[in-house]
Amino acid sequence: MTNTLSDTLKATALRVREHIIRMAEGGGCFIGASLSCVEIMVYLYAQVIRRNGDDPQDPDRDYLFLSKGHDVPALYGTFAEMGFLEPERLSNHLSTRDHIYWHPNRKIPGVEFHSGSLGHLPAVAAGVALDCKLRGSRNRVVVITGDGELNEGSVWETLLVANAYGLDNLTLLVDRNQFQANIRTEELVPLEPLADKFRAFGCVVQRIDGHDFGQLEQAFDEVVRPQKISGTGTIHGSGGKVRIVIADTVRGKGLPSIEAKADRWFCSFTANEVAQLLEELHGNKEAAIESETLVVR
Amino acid sequence: MTYEELLIQTALKDERIIVMTAENRALVRNAPRQLGNRFIDTGITEQTMVGMAAGLALRGRIPIVHALAPFLTMRAFEFIRTDVGIGHLPVKLSGYIPGFLSDGNGPTHQSIEDVAIMRGIPGMEVYCPADEDDLVRILPAVWASTAPAYVRINHKKGSYEHAPFVPGKAEVIARGKDVTLLVYGFLFENALQAKGLLEKEGLSVGLVNMRSLKPVDEDAIAEAASGSGLLVTIEDHLRTGGLYSIVAEVLLRHRELSAEVLPLALEERWFRPGVLGEVLETEGFTAAKIAERIKNSNLLYAE
Repeated sequence: MTNTLSDTLKATALRVREHIIRMAEGGGCFIGASLSCVEIMVYLYAQVIRRNGDDPQDPDRDYLFLSKGHDVPALYGTFAEMGFLEPERLSNHLSTRDHIYWHPNRKIPGVEFHSGSLGHLPAVAAGVALDCKLRGSRNRVVVITGDGELNEGSVWETLLVANAYGLDNLTLLVDRNQFQANIRTEELVPLEPLADKFRAFGCVVQRIDGHDFGQLEQAFDEVVRPQKISGTGTIHGSGGKVRIVIADTVRGKGLPSIEAKADRWFCSFTANEVAQLLEELHGNKEAAIESETLVVR
Repeated sequence: MTYEELLIQTALKDERIIVMTAENRALVRNAPRQLGNRFIDTGITEQTMVGMAAGLALRGRIPIVHALAPFLTMRAFEFIRTDVGIGHLPVKLSGYIPGFLSDGNGPTHQSIEDVAIMRGIPGMEVYCPADEDDLVRILPAVWASTAPAYVRINHKKGSYEHAPFVPGKAEVIARGKDVTLLVYGFLFENALQAKGLLEKEGLSVGLVNMRSLKPVDEDAIAEAASGSGLLVTIEDHLRTGGLYSIVAEVLLRHRELSAEVLPLALEERWFRPGVLGEVLETEGFTAAKIAERIKNSNLLYAE
């Protein structure tokens, strides 16, 4: 990756984090899980997901499904930076006048499907990937899940079926931020060795640092190389394998005062705390947060 | 007393009780420390949790299981119906943030079908407490029974001190000649205030806290129908299969009664998400909006 591109992506990621922090004021949002997937979201929309700007419903577009739907601030913050969504609309968060709330709504242009109930979109994405295969079209289909979300059996059923149908046009990216809602995954329902589990289900697996744009580029190298995308009509039993990217991340990344803290999952901050957190994001003094911790939704 | 205090107190007294959650700990934060091995968190696995609860019940346990109401009643539906329902096992389902209480979460988290589908399971009981005080009065009987039960958990503080719970009976707050409000769950408080607003207009207003939707108190409904000019069903649930449907079923069984019924419910759509106060305003369920909708219904003095 060139330095120029890396610098541009980093600057975008910083602005997305600013949007996220602002959306945690008054009513709150799932800030930790939003901050963990900023680089992932920015990288995918900037470098992997091809869209026809004039037609968001273009059947030849690439699909990104956000299955861990509670990171709406990261998604919509990225949309605002990519020009899909007017940045002013982010301030409509939690108003019944708009459609911006804690989980994605398809009325926001660019949202492929609603989510929030975990473990649904791997299957929906597999359906889209299957149709792309049947039609011989070369759309890239990416679905982002959380790591706690891997508790849901439907994720694993989907992998069995998707591999049976050779859906190598489907990439499942796990935002491996190590947390369920308020508990470390390994303290509740351990996932490791996670890569081995996915391999045992027949997938091709890569594990990267999810905050490193260079590693994200490498992980998606084969996805974005056109000749590697097979678009044949043969599907069942073709041997194609679902791609898995395990992106190791830090929940709350960018804000040391909340990073990797179990009780900072869903947060509602005051205007003053938001101002302090924006300072903290830019490397200044760490914020003194007094708002209630452990608001379990 | 809070829900959690009652839960832990009950579990400590009764070794049969196992407290389970599909990683929703909002209501059971202290249970792991207090209950040790009898607290089981299965992770985000609603159907597996319910299946395991059935297995525990087969061994004589009384599992009290927790998850957000939509995922508990809908993700695990067939496990509830097939394992708990057909088995008629004493599994107690605690559904969190039902109805409007999911405020800003959006349609995925809106449990506004739960009464319809849970009461459709043979043998399943359905309880909808008005507030925390009502909740802790209802639960001991629910947990002591051998029947499977679904509780729409509502732990909001209310202003009303409720009467003791009698299984199968509604709580008749007041009788009224002009109109009787039939309500359950979280909207009780707003209905209570709406009653006051309507009384200021000179109306005689009855109010019934339904409490138990299955078994339902048919006598309370029949009595309101014969004593009031108008029945109003108030619910944060789809009109299909909820209290309006229940009242319709009761009135069809009592053909001698001919009551006008105004349903205040969600009609064929999920509600607009947002902060709770704004949701109630938008959807017409503040006390003022409830009173206004009743006054504007043209059914009030229909003879």
